[in-house]
Amino acid sequence: MVDTLYNIGLMHYLVVAGILFTIGVCGIFLNRKNVITILMSIELMLLAVNINLVSFSAYLNDLTGQIFAIFILTVAAAEAAIGLAILVVYYRNKGSIEVEDIKQMKG
Amino acid sequence: MIIGVLLFYIFSAVAVISALAVVFAKNPVYSVLFLILCFFNVAGLFVLLGAEFLAMLLVIVYVGAVAVLFLFVVMMLNIDYSRAKEGFVKYLPVGLGIAAFLFIEIFLMLKASVGDVASLAKEKLESEITNTEAIGQVLYTDYVYIFQLSGIILLVAMIGAIVLSHRTRDGVRKQVIADQLDRSKENTVKIVKVKSGEGVK
Repeated sequence: MVDTLYNIGLMHYLVVAGILFTIGVCGIFLNRKNVITILMSIELMLLAVNINLVSFSAYLNDLTGQIFAIFILTVAAAEAAIGLAILVVYYRNKGSIEVEDIKQMKG
Repeated sequence: MIIGVLLFYIFSAVAVISALAVVFAKNPVYSVLFLILCFFNVAGLFVLLGAEFLAMLLVIVYVGAVAVLFLFVVMMLNIDYSRAKEGFVKYLPVGLGIAAFLFIEIFLMLKASVGDVASLAKEKLESEITNTEAIGQVLYTDYVYIFQLSGIILLVAMIGAIVLSHRTRDGVRKQVIADQLDRSKENTVKIVKVKSGEGVK
């Protein structure tokens, strides 16, 4: 079975995932003022990874990919909660969430 | 068949466009709303792939919890969003360059490696059970320890988020149980003899 425009195959899903991942990376580079948007870009990248896992799972008839996607979902939720909590604490202390202001550790 | 193809293109196109809007929107509230739209469309893609359980999980967890959390934080912080896109143009060439490079890399890698997936596939089991039931049968047997571990991760994240964002304020009157238990009749109630016509001073 060859993937064509009218015959949706694994490659189609992987390309969509690749595009979403690239947009996520792009968002991290472009948003230099707003940490919230960077966190959202990270969520987009995790979503792209999930699409990859689920499409391979579907085309290989193997459920392991979907199980793994569930765990990625869990970790993404935990990461968002912790990241936003850190952001709120930082904003309370500094009054700003600009990326360029976050240089206290001289990194 | 043709409806499936059409749905695939609609879902993926809307997902990609809303992902672009997440990155390029001026107002972070719009970014969050486009993120929700993106999640819904990817959930549609999952349904097309036959992973209904994960699709519903995506809607519940991402849209119901994570996106609402983002929305709360965006609205809670008082930030001047008119300056939010400063430096956007400055970083646009390098960002787009890296993005294009990365995408070409991913695409070439896929072209080179995803050729004979069909030969690797396990045979399709023709059974009556649904996707959700199949996941349950694997998740609670083969992956039960990892499942428990993810529960611990969530617990740690919850405690961490509470500890980080909790703030002790001055002037808050809290219940002190020791003080309450310490009270007795002797130091709280006073019996006074009142003469008639004078009242208590």
